[in-house]
Amino acid sequence: MTQLAGPTPDNAWKGRILVVDDDASLAEMLTIVLRQEGFDSRMCTRGDLAMDEFRDYKPDLVLLDLMLPGKDGIDVCKEIRAESGVPIVMLTAKGDTVDVVVGLESGADDYVVKPFKPKELVARIRARVRRYDPPAQESLSIGDLSIDVAGHSVTRRGVPISLTPLEFDLLVCLARKPWQVFTREVLLEQVWGYRHAADTRLVNVHVQRLRSKVEHDPENPEIVVTVRGVGYKAGNA
Amino acid sequence: MSSGAVAQRSLPAGLRRGLTFWRRSIQARVVASTVVLSAVVVSIVGWFLLQQTREGLLDHRVSAVVAEANNETTDARARLAAAPGTDIDSASQQRDLIEPIIQRGATRGFSVVLAGPVGEGGRIADGGAESTLGLDTASVPLSLEQHFDKPAPTAWTYTQIRTTDENGVTRAHPGIVVGSQVKLPSDGGTYTLYYLFPLDEEQETLALVTRALLTAAVLLLVLVAGMTWLVTRQVVTPIRMARRVAERLAAGQLQERLQVFGEDDLARLATSFNQMASNLQRQIRQLEELSRVQRRFVSDVSHELRTPLTTVRMASDVLHDARHDFDPATGRAAELLQSELDRFEMLLVDLLEISRFDAGAAVLDAEDVNLVDVAHRVVDMTRPLAVQRGVEVVVDSPGHPCLAEADVRRVERIVRNLVTNAIDHTEPGGRGAEIVIHVGGDEHSAAIAVRDHGVGLAPGEAAMVFNRFWRADPARARTSGGTGLGLSISLEDTHLHGGWLQAWGRPGRGAQFRLTLPRRAGVPLRQSPLPLVPVDTEEPVA
Repeated sequence: MTQLAGPTPDNAWKGRILVVDDDASLAEMLTIVLRQEGFDSRMCTRGDLAMDEFRDYKPDLVLLDLMLPGKDGIDVCKEIRAESGVPIVMLTAKGDTVDVVVGLESGADDYVVKPFKPKELVARIRARVRRYDPPAQESLSIGDLSIDVAGHSVTRRGVPISLTPLEFDLLVCLARKPWQVFTREVLLEQVWGYRHAADTRLVNVHVQRLRSKVEHDPENPEIVVTVRGVGYKAGNA
Repeated sequence: MSSGAVAQRSLPAGLRRGLTFWRRSIQARVVASTVVLSAVVVSIVGWFLLQQTREGLLDHRVSAVVAEANNETTDARARLAAAPGTDIDSASQQRDLIEPIIQRGATRGFSVVLAGPVGEGGRIADGGAESTLGLDTASVPLSLEQHFDKPAPTAWTYTQIRTTDENGVTRAHPGIVVGSQVKLPSDGGTYTLYYLFPLDEEQETLALVTRALLTAAVLLLVLVAGMTWLVTRQVVTPIRMARRVAERLAAGQLQERLQVFGEDDLARLATSFNQMASNLQRQIRQLEELSRVQRRFVSDVSHELRTPLTTVRMASDVLHDARHDFDPATGRAAELLQSELDRFEMLLVDLLEISRFDAGAAVLDAEDVNLVDVAHRVVDMTRPLAVQRGVEVVVDSPGHPCLAEADVRRVERIVRNLVTNAIDHTEPGGRGAEIVIHVGGDEHSAAIAVRDHGVGLAPGEAAMVFNRFWRADPARARTSGGTGLGLSISLEDTHLHGGWLQAWGRPGRGAQFRLTLPRRAGVPLRQSPLPLVPVDTEEPVA
């Protein structure tokens, strides 16, 4: 049972994860599994305490249950998003469209439906916190936006636009190959790190969120263009 | 039924509307039939009354005119008898005879004709007859004339009297002609006197009576129609109200009630109707409440089960990963725990999906889906299972995209279910260990058919395969660990798309499952681009 002892001294924690779930057993089990996988983690079982823990712990990723005592998970999600772009993965007991979409629209990057397989959860977490290799100096442009990949910043005529890491990845993915039309499945694989086909609503919701930040008129998108029946591509303008 | 409809379609619009009104309105039919019946009765009674009046009038007139004619004749005979017997000029005697009668006739309103002596074969029409000025002597009917060819007593008949006035205008009007004979002393011949009495007065009286009767009949009919309309209205209005309320109840407005006036039969009908509606409303509310509670319960159970299951699942994973550190028995237990948890989880997921369909909570997230892509993706997904079972799955693509407006998640789930089901029922490694996914599409629909050469289906089983937890052979071992809900969920998914999911199978000759989806969501399907019975099978011609 050496795995439970934590990472070996020459290998630092891969990341810090805040687990917000009202079920104490599940939260504890999650910390055990995450520790095995090399992540440091902290538990929080109340919604109203989640923000304090978040500011205190400064996690690299938040696992957030939607049904919480004290404060709703959706509200917690919005508050975190208001002050940080840290990846948020929702844990939900309901796979219904409405819950998922509401959660994604309040700022979550991804979601996992209970009961999930631990390996699946870990894969999703890894996909969201995998930023270790310092990217090469690379600058891209899409429409009238310029993207500094290494500096993780997007500017329009010198004015910076604030994007979450996921939205940034999505935009970079489209901007790197402006000639290519990306299907939702390909985007799920390249941006979210899914190996199997998953819920394409993730893509739809995040494209909407990205558009609301980068488009002049989100109703008539020019930067992220929908190719009907296929997927999305970078705009020519 | 259909021929009637065809006949109706060929009618002009106005007539069709009239017919529809006639068919729909009890009131119109009752009023019309009452009016028709009344009209028949009134006509019979009126006709009878008219006949009676006419006969009475004529009888009276006839006896009066015959008496008058007899008087005249008697008077004439007396005058002839008193005439001096020496006068032998028959012509002057005739004039003497008729002149006073004509004069009296002019004041009393009758005309006279004196016809030639009987037995000489002469006719009035031959001329030579004395008559009232302006009278057409042909007014005396030939039959009466023939009657007086030989000496006969007084006789009468009806005729048309034709007269010509000073202006030369000829008029004809009904009348009675009475004939009687006198013997002229001068030549000893028997002459016939015809008295023509007009029936103008009687005719006028009859016309008056007829007008009165007609007016009365029309008024009576209007009265009957009005009364019937009022009476039926009293009955039909509440029925129409009840119909409207029943229609609204049927449309789901369960709070609708009839207004109750008084205590008569209709009021009691309304009361019973309202009671029925209240009972229905209560029952439906109860059922709705029950169903809501049950849905809520299922949803709560699902949520409550999911969290502990997640914990158990993770704990089991930890144990499973560390199973090599345990002694063999404990290690095997950890493996069993893991695999059974998989099954438990699958069952739970399927049950929740079914309960979501039952609750009507499933929503369609439709977009254009290419079924060829779906087929290839499903083949990729199911490859591990196919390889493990020694089965090959191939796609028979038509070479062009087969599009349908559908929810790609659900369609993939349907096809995956069909393919795993086919793999599950195929004998591994054999000659027929190949599963073919046929894809086809046209401008109205797209279809996927999954053909296997496995055990097939017994007659009657094609409809039962979609039943929940149904198994062809209860004793058969579960190989791929299906939950028994896969095809039921697929059928619900298909219904959500407005599509068809059908099965064909013969024992020992395999089975084929065909999914057909409409090209546009919500458009009803008419036919499938793929046959349900596989082309490689020679079906005996039924």
